[in-house]
Amino acid sequence: MTSTYAVLSEGLEKRFGEVRALRGLELAVPQGTVCGILGPNGAGKTTAVRLLTTLLRPDAGSARVAGHDLVREAAAVRKRISVTGQDTSIDGDLTGRQNLQLFGRLYRVRGPAGRSAELLDRFGLTEAADRPASTWSGGMRRRLDLAASLVRRPDVLFLDEPTTGLDPVSRTLIRDVVRDLTAEGTTVLLTTQYLEEADQLADDIALVDRGRVTHTGSPAQLKSLVGAHAEVVVPDADTLAEAAAVLDRLTGAQPSFDHERNAVGAVSKDPTLTIPLLVRALDTAGVPLLDVSLRPPTLDDVFLRLTETAPPKTTETTGTTDERERAA
Amino acid sequence: MSMLAYDGTAMLGRQLLRLRNNPGLLILTQTMPISMLLFFGYVFGSALAVPGEEYRSFLVPGLLVATASGGIMAGMFQAAQDTHRGVTNRFRTLPMSRAAVPLGQAAADLVATALGTVPFLLVGLAVGWRVEGSLLEAVGALALLMLFRFACTWAGIHLGLLTRNEEAAGQLGGATFLLPLLSSAYIPTSGLPGWLRTVAEWNPISALATALRDLFGNAPVPDGAAWPVAHPVAGSILWCVVLLGVFVPLAVRQYAHGEQ
Repeated sequence: MTSTYAVLSEGLEKRFGEVRALRGLELAVPQGTVCGILGPNGAGKTTAVRLLTTLLRPDAGSARVAGHDLVREAAAVRKRISVTGQDTSIDGDLTGRQNLQLFGRLYRVRGPAGRSAELLDRFGLTEAADRPASTWSGGMRRRLDLAASLVRRPDVLFLDEPTTGLDPVSRTLIRDVVRDLTAEGTTVLLTTQYLEEADQLADDIALVDRGRVTHTGSPAQLKSLVGAHAEVVVPDADTLAEAAAVLDRLTGAQPSFDHERNAVGAVSKDPTLTIPLLVRALDTAGVPLLDVSLRPPTLDDVFLRLTETAPPKTTETTGTTDERERAA
Repeated sequence: MSMLAYDGTAMLGRQLLRLRNNPGLLILTQTMPISMLLFFGYVFGSALAVPGEEYRSFLVPGLLVATASGGIMAGMFQAAQDTHRGVTNRFRTLPMSRAAVPLGQAAADLVATALGTVPFLLVGLAVGWRVEGSLLEAVGALALLMLFRFACTWAGIHLGLLTRNEEAAGQLGGATFLLPLLSSAYIPTSGLPGWLRTVAEWNPISALATALRDLFGNAPVPDGAAWPVAHPVAGSILWCVVLLGVFVPLAVRQYAHGEQ
């Protein structure tokens, strides 16, 4: 069974001093698929990638990557993976071509010069190929970084926030490259903070929060878990509590207050919630209305909704993900 | 082993390409020792009791060794820079020999040092320094110098992988300029007060500087010195063996383990 999974981890733990970066990370990525690890800053995404690419050793738990044990067979794992990290890690003192040829040599590619020329062309870097990479734009360097990962086809490709800070053209290019790779059987594991990016690229998403996978599923499955974000604005503070009670009943979620605007909002669990439904319920309850809105869930909403059990029920407001992160 | 040879050669190639892409850097690294030779040789030299030319002959081997000890700084800075920029971690994920990256760096540094020594020695010849012993001994002196540089670079690589931060490495590296000051690189240790003389003579730089002066025939081995200086060639070789024995395994281990 394990052979059908390109990445399979059980109970991975990693601690940095007092900080528990990973607390029992479980991943199962089938071969030839794209898995998006989605989570806020500090959730443990990068730590997970560093562990799975042999850069860090787990404190507990085990994992198999490309069919080999991460710790006992680290050298065999390295033969089958490629990593493009968050910061570009190519040598700026070398030209783009020299960088790719070096990687070609280290990966024992036959004809590194020909392969490098091929990749430079594919990534639209031929024109700048013989200039030092330090003179290139950030987007070009990121593309070169990815090209270096592909001088030979890896069994598993790790992409740590591959499109952060990239222009749309580069983003499309990376998306196409990922699709072509999976068509050839490569498994791709990418981390991202953007729901949209995971949506476009990933077959499956693993939601990571505080060092743990909290939910897994296809993008559609995850979205169906979270409904729209409803917000009600009332004329004065007196009726805010009544509006909140209605929202609570309709959405089944803890409402969050914006006292300055006399607004109360909640992320609905019910995807069938509509504005007329909302207005009717508020009207029946006799709540005066200034504004009612319903918008698609944002990443914040998904996290709020899916990790809602974590904050204690007594708190009046659930706050944003950012606020919870600061508090934690 | 063949994996180490292959990957090490590839990494040496990388470093030599960097050198070729930035030839100005090589020239820059040599301006410091040459200026020091001219300043110390003429400014300090004129204030000393010994004739200027004699002091400059004394100074050339000393500066060669002091510059070689700068391998600590060079090794540290480059290793820290690569680590800071993520290059080291990228190499760590590649299926390559764990010793290849530091070995390639140390070997390339040796090539750069050998190239950089030529203009320095030419200036040395111009200010009156001469090879006064046999050619074989002179070759031996240069071989010792390279061995010492190699050992210092490995120490630097270990420290650079440890600090991981190029700015911190730069600061720490600056402190290595002090090492030759407490040695016989610029001055004879015989004039120092007792305990200070002992400390200076157990500085590896003193053994190396004395060995080079002896082999080039520039100055005799001083009387009553500590063992490494009294037996400068054996002392120098021993120092290098000790430094390599300590720092090669440490650097390779630090590279292999990373931030684990």
